[in-house]
Amino acid sequence: MPCVTFEGQAYELESGETVLECLLRHGLSVPYSCQAGVCQTCTMTAVDGVVPAIAQASLLDTHQQRGDFLPCICLPQGDLHIVDPDSELNQVSVTVTEHELLSPTVLRLRMHLDGSSASFQHRAGQFLTIVRSDGVARPYSIASLEQDGFLETHVRRVQDGAMSNWLHDEVGEGDLLTVQGPKGDCFYAGSDPEQPLLLAGTGTGLAPLWGILRDAVTRGHRGPIHLFHAAGTAEGLYLVDEVAEFAAQHSQVTYTPVVRSGPAPEGGTVGDLLEVTADAHPDLRGWRVYLCGAPKTVNALQRQCFLANASTTDIHCDAFVSAGDVVATG
Amino acid sequence: MSDSIYTRLGGEAAMNAAVDLFYRKVLQDQELSHFFDDTDMAGQAAKQKAFLTMALGGPNQYTGDDMRQTHREMSLSDDHFDAVVGHLGATLTELGVPADLIGEAAAVAESVRGEVLNRPTE
Repeated sequence: MPCVTFEGQAYELESGETVLECLLRHGLSVPYSCQAGVCQTCTMTAVDGVVPAIAQASLLDTHQQRGDFLPCICLPQGDLHIVDPDSELNQVSVTVTEHELLSPTVLRLRMHLDGSSASFQHRAGQFLTIVRSDGVARPYSIASLEQDGFLETHVRRVQDGAMSNWLHDEVGEGDLLTVQGPKGDCFYAGSDPEQPLLLAGTGTGLAPLWGILRDAVTRGHRGPIHLFHAAGTAEGLYLVDEVAEFAAQHSQVTYTPVVRSGPAPEGGTVGDLLEVTADAHPDLRGWRVYLCGAPKTVNALQRQCFLANASTTDIHCDAFVSAGDVVATG
Repeated sequence: MSDSIYTRLGGEAAMNAAVDLFYRKVLQDQELSHFFDDTDMAGQAAKQKAFLTMALGGPNQYTGDDMRQTHREMSLSDDHFDAVVGHLGATLTELGVPADLIGEAAAVAESVRGEVLNRPTE
């Protein structure tokens, strides 16, 4: 009978027993509720082995691709190695190979994995968490593709920011960093290469969007891809030439930089990102949408795109909540 | 014993389209949209889907307590409740569900009015 490995222990399934039933039979207190494949409370991630399609079918395609499945309706044919997606902490050591300012406030960090055994399989648009020795930890979106051979993040200098100022001023090439992850479902799903994609973001929201854009094109996406990157003024934009060059090379891609004030950037426009995207795309029926950056803007765009007929399951959001925004509760 | 509306609509696969239609109507209703201002949209859609699944006779885990707890602090009125049931009816109409079945779904939704409005149980 197949074995399920969970938290270092292997559990053999009895004939006709689901993964959930097996874990519960062994006295593990894993979360579950309906036991009918509906509520998704029991969701686990398979890091090794083959999950029967029925145990994944009702999950989002991005969740399926990262291995999520429902143990309560999973009758595996072979062994599975599973982890609880909420508690799983994959931690690796990386060396900084590039430390370059893309603008006065945005740092591009490129990092190389140490050791041949380290694994950091990821998709562009997911995020990693940099953990410092004093315990301060911050998440950053991944702008790089697996095949780039390095991990890339864009770090905005935040006033009084505990991590960003340290990364900008005290970390340099050759330094070692500890990184956890990857997590998140804001990545190119690839389930429909003809589907039109809307990518919209503010500030360093460009990091995941730039990664998703390159990932989509590299994987052969044929449908139109429209990227909007917004900032207060032109100084808040970055990688403008690189992104414009990429758009020029791929006919399905259009890039529109947007600034709230000041002269319009080349190929771009002055205006509010919400209005600009609403004018350009009043009907998003059938579109896949990726929204990254400032929480207020991401949330407003999410609602706007949904009301413009994009379906909930086709809208991916990554709101960059800054540590300063989090209010401690008693 | 006839199949539930849930099954006849197409089960789980139909719920995603139905919930989007339903939730859009609710969000575009001036009397209701403000209740959703600070909520996580995807999380809310999942809850609407669970509510729809229940109302249409599908497998569900919504208990009376869930309904009461979730809506307790909102000071909801019969008008709010009626508006939501109205949007449910309009959604099912758009999906081509016959009137008598819509009546059945409305009756199921009606059965939780007391819980949603936090009325004392008899």
